Amino acid sequence: MNSTKRSASKLVLMTCGMFCFGFALVPIYDVFCDITGLNGKISGPTFTSYDQAIEIREVQITFVTSNNNKMPWSFKSASPQMRVKTGEDYLMNFTFKNTTDKPMIAQAIPSVSPGRGARYFHKTECFCFEQQFLKAGESITVPVKFIIDPELPKNIASLALGYTLFDVTEEFANLQALN
Amino acid sequence: MSAVIESNHDDHHHGPAKGFSRWLYTTNHKDIGSMYLWFSLIMLFIGGAMAMVIRAELFEPGSQIVSPEFYNQMVTNHGLIMVFGVIMPAFVGFANWMIPMQIGAPDMALPRLNNLSFWILPAAFGILLSTFFMEGGAPNFGWTFYAPLSTEYAPPTVTFFIFSVHIMGASSIMGSINIITTILNMRAPGMTLMKMPLFVWSWFITAYLLIAVMPVLAGAVTMMLMDIHFGTSFFKAAGGGDPVLFQHIFWFFGHPEVYIMILPAFGIVSHIIETFSRKPIFGYSSMVYAIASIALLSFVVWAHHMFTVGMPIAGELFFMYSTMLIAIPTGVKVFNWLSTMFKGSLTFETPMLFSIAFVALFTIGGLSGIMLAIAPADFQYHDTYFVVAHFHYVLVPGALFSLLAGAYYWLPKWTGHMYDETLGKTHFWMSFISVNLTFFPMHFVGLAGMPRRIPDYSMQFADWNMMVSVGAFLFGLSQLLFLFIVIKCVLNGKKATAEVWEGAKGFEWTVDSPPPYHTFSSPPSMETLKA
Repeated sequence: MNSTKRSASKLVLMTCGMFCFGFALVPIYDVFCDITGLNGKISGPTFTSYDQAIEIREVQITFVTSNNNKMPWSFKSASPQMRVKTGEDYLMNFTFKNTTDKPMIAQAIPSVSPGRGARYFHKTECFCFEQQFLKAGESITVPVKFIIDPELPKNIASLALGYTLFDVTEEFANLQALN
Repeated sequence: MSAVIESNHDDHHHGPAKGFSRWLYTTNHKDIGSMYLWFSLIMLFIGGAMAMVIRAELFEPGSQIVSPEFYNQMVTNHGLIMVFGVIMPAFVGFANWMIPMQIGAPDMALPRLNNLSFWILPAAFGILLSTFFMEGGAPNFGWTFYAPLSTEYAPPTVTFFIFSVHIMGASSIMGSINIITTILNMRAPGMTLMKMPLFVWSWFITAYLLIAVMPVLAGAVTMMLMDIHFGTSFFKAAGGGDPVLFQHIFWFFGHPEVYIMILPAFGIVSHIIETFSRKPIFGYSSMVYAIASIALLSFVVWAHHMFTVGMPIAGELFFMYSTMLIAIPTGVKVFNWLSTMFKGSLTFETPMLFSIAFVALFTIGGLSGIMLAIAPADFQYHDTYFVVAHFHYVLVPGALFSLLAGAYYWLPKWTGHMYDETLGKTHFWMSFISVNLTFFPMHFVGLAGMPRRIPDYSMQFADWNMMVSVGAFLFGLSQLLFLFIVIKCVLNGKKATAEVWEGAKGFEWTVDSPPPYHTFSSPPSMETLKA
């Protein structure tokens, strides 16, 4: 009977372990995406300096904005495209307008494609680092500052920076009330 | 109540209790096995009725019978019920009946847990089916319940769905703990691991798979629950989560789940083929290693279900090659079955017919699996009827045929009566013809681009779809014949002998048909198996 108890408790332990493993998959996935730059997630090592020996080249950057689900705001970049030199600082302005008659909070989620290029797209300043709070009819223009890493693989000649705008009014309503 | 318990003590548990309480309180593996089998047969007809609605809607192009919303509910619940309510509980039913009898144990190691793991199942499916009568309707997001379809866009009944999946998972996990504990501790003296019957081996490995992945599924639905009700953002991009993460977690469970539904089938079919070939199974140890390697590989192939989400080329190649690797151990099994039949004294009773059909048709399902594993080609096949054809070929003439084969094979043992062989063969031929009529043309419309899960289709698919629907109705009808055969066998079949089949080997054939309520109170000797 003792051996039965021993096997059963080992198996119960294994079950609990696998339940935790299921949740551990969440951080594992994030770390994996960070390292590989999969899914266009941009959060690789912060850009400080680069090897001066690497040749500077020109890259085409396309800016794409879209609204999630029924998000009513208007959301545009100042220009749809720009040509940039690797290793130099650039700035692009984005304009948000709350077209509704209610105050709302929005969050823009970035994504770079092709995903392989995501880790070479360094943003030093971005409106996507925080939420945008706009009163009814109000609009705001905010910048993204970025540097393209000169180590960007040779076969990537253009990158697209996409933003999807989410309505997070409900999620952040409490925070706003506190401020 | 206490009076009942005392009277039970008085007769020292020699026979089953009377009335409904026998089934409610039973800890007997045979009773619980029978309940599992009846439960899955009932669910087969419920899930099958949903399939009939789907095929009736698809009989002709255009919107015919049900609304697209209801169609989605049918597709979703058909999948959920067939996977979690039919195939899995039926195999657990076989495990309950056969594992103690095949290893010479008096019962399962944890009989009360066994009772619990069965009785929470009707509750789980009661909850799931009750959502049909609720506001918002039943779950409609497909059996794979991808977020955000199953979170942000789900009907309010999704919470009931989540709890029912939790309960199903708990049931499977408890069943698996019981099965492994039984196999490890209660084998007859002299039955080493490598002398265990193959059905026991296949369940031993399946149970480990269940313990490894059902908790992950429970985790996935828990994350959905938290996203829906507690404001977390596991799968919400707005809060920093990722919907693709859901697919990874789901398929980390989902792919081993696929093998959970087929490995016990390998065990059942191996026994039937060796019996009716009157030869011991060819390559016993390679069979064991093949099952084990399929199980291990199943953990590293999950992303082949999601080639189109945008993976780096290295990822696509890894999952493509690892998936194709599975064909090797599976091929070993198929060739071992063929070699077992080669130069055997074959007879073709109903269980053997179903088993041979299993080998042939499961191989077709395996081959379309290889086609789907080719990452570049999969972009064409993804979410088409080709995928539907593939997984129905491995689940219906695969898993379900093995269950039918096993039912015919052991029915005389369970009931003590022979089934009607003529009716059995009729059932086989009707099923065999209609299953191919149903699922083979799906390959064609799939390759031509017909998408799955859509209640309408373009005109050029009309002819094949009508044929598929006719096949499906015929297949549904054939299974009613099976129900009739089982009832007829239980009520007034011919008396069966202890051995039942000439050449059948194993402890289960050394006891009477039907076996006494308690078998192997003292462990049998391995000597009785030598003949």
